[in-house]
Amino acid sequence: MTYMIIIDLLATSLRLAIPIGLAAIGVSICERSGIINLGIEGMMLFGALAAVIASYFTGSAWLGIIFAIIVGGFIGFIYALFCIKFRGSQSVIGIGLNLFATGITVVIVKAIWKQEGLSMPVNQVASIDFPILENIPFIGELFKSQSPFIILVVLIIFLSWFFMYKTKYGLRLRSIGEHPMAAESSAINIVLYRYIAVMICGALASLGGAYLSVVHNNLFVNNMVAGRGFMSIAANIFGGWNPIGSFLASFIFAFAQAIRLTFRLEFIPEEFTQMFPYLLTLIILMGVGRNVRAPNALGVLKDSQK
Amino acid sequence: MMAVILSFIITAFLLFFMGYNPIKVYIAMFQGSFGSVNSIATTLSKAVPLIFAGLGIGLALKAGMFNIGGEGQIYIGSFVASVVAILLPPYLGIVSLIVSFIAGTMAAMIWAGSIGFIKSKFNINEVIICIMTNYIAILLTSYLLKTFFQSEGSSVSQSDILPVGLSTIVPRTQLTSALYLGLIFSVLIYILLKYTVFGYEVNAMGDNPNAAHASGGINITKMSVLVMGLSGAIVSLAGITDVFGKYGRFIDGFSPGYGFTGIAIAVIGKCNPFGIILSSILFAALDAGALRANRVESVSINIVMVIQGLVVIFVSTPYIISILRQKIIKVFSKRSAL
Repeated sequence: MTYMIIIDLLATSLRLAIPIGLAAIGVSICERSGIINLGIEGMMLFGALAAVIASYFTGSAWLGIIFAIIVGGFIGFIYALFCIKFRGSQSVIGIGLNLFATGITVVIVKAIWKQEGLSMPVNQVASIDFPILENIPFIGELFKSQSPFIILVVLIIFLSWFFMYKTKYGLRLRSIGEHPMAAESSAINIVLYRYIAVMICGALASLGGAYLSVVHNNLFVNNMVAGRGFMSIAANIFGGWNPIGSFLASFIFAFAQAIRLTFRLEFIPEEFTQMFPYLLTLIILMGVGRNVRAPNALGVLKDSQK
Repeated sequence: MMAVILSFIITAFLLFFMGYNPIKVYIAMFQGSFGSVNSIATTLSKAVPLIFAGLGIGLALKAGMFNIGGEGQIYIGSFVASVVAILLPPYLGIVSLIVSFIAGTMAAMIWAGSIGFIKSKFNINEVIICIMTNYIAILLTSYLLKTFFQSEGSSVSQSDILPVGLSTIVPRTQLTSALYLGLIFSVLIYILLKYTVFGYEVNAMGDNPNAAHASGGINITKMSVLVMGLSGAIVSLAGITDVFGKYGRFIDGFSPGYGFTGIAIAVIGKCNPFGIILSSILFAALDAGALRANRVESVSINIVMVIQGLVVIFVSTPYIISILRQKIIKVFSKRSAL
């Protein structure tokens, strides 16, 4: 009995962690290049809507997911354009993007489906049982009736970590976030790297949004991201601006939520279990982990502007 | 101004492509926000919380600090103010109201001041601390509300009706005397920034904190705490005046994101108190107008957030605006040459 509850709890946590985790990995990549991204919430919303639209018109949820990635990359490009080319204030543009996205997604929904706040149901990604994993005890039950999406997620976690820590491109990316001038003087095209980083971030955040709309649900609902974007920023910080750390942190955040959904703890109010990850992040930042720190030049285009 | 016009033009194109008539939509919006005494009062009542949020966040921005923790400060301040009002005997009337307001703003001041303290003491970016404290504040007040002050027999998470409240200026609207308070605070902050030593130090810190510390002898830690504290106190009034004026009770999750919209307001108003009043009225008018545009032209009310979002983006990228301005000047000078 207890075993089943634990499995259930972990499986729910995993489902809740995926959208936050994908976006958090995006934030890690983006902020490692020195660009602050508070517009994650908006990027996720665009992804969620894009997936539903494509799924609605083509009938294929997977096409929806691909479309979401393309739209996310495009939004990332626009964001980078404003931050880098037009040298806008990054934090404020992020806030503006969130406002814009919250508004335009609902306006588009109304224009397409003539109803306020939610789209028509569309085809969603069907969940499957994995043939081999199924037979392994614990793991099999954990992955039971998760969507095939999860393979993609595992792949993204691994690839982003490999890219950031095992390739020269990842090293360059990190060096740009630490000291852009030094990176530039060693002939690294910092502008190009930043554009790509922000676009990857947009694509991943969009993918997280698409998970919400066509994997976890089968429609778009007004403001369905509901703060997960900011949660992913928090998770990225908790995870130390590292893709694997970001996903693990997202899992912890999701776990705190899942506890509330799965069963009620008698002795701790649910608000406190939800609050715990954020408090912990603050405490870690304040004392315990001085090695957990933001990229040196976060939010600085070039040192001269400091 | 350019940014606002540009946003309206882009939104018009978006509307057009989605099959609406942008001119009709804008006319409906204008009627909804300025068409009658009641609609003007509605616009102003929506502007009041934005003025407070914008003023508070603008003050922090002047000192080079990005206070994105407004939501948390609003919940802490409004909750404490509501609790004090509930606990004080109702016959105190106006005294009870004043004490509640002071208690609420003080609580928000301490809350936000701690953000400033952690920022300068542990050298952590304030944006990070603000995001974390937002969650903590919202969850904490939600818990305390449910456990100790939940109104009995109500399915919504909310407190009892408060014994005291702000009086309305225009009957049957939500415009309350909070408007006067907002205007008074705008003037006070203008004076504070322009004519006092504190204001000078805030500006110096915003321009270059290292220089302010080295040559001006400004204690950065002390200033961070003070500025953030003051900023939080003013931002919290956005929530407190809403609770005491519009709702009459503390409701879980009542703030429609004032803490975030306030950033937009402050940036658009260029952190100048009078600019902030104007941009608050602009945003509030859009809000009020969207309701009518929704009824008349069946455009989603969220069209207002599209315009607001664009305004924020363009205002924060002055570079685009200056390029555009040069282009326009070029076009016009060519015409006049012909």
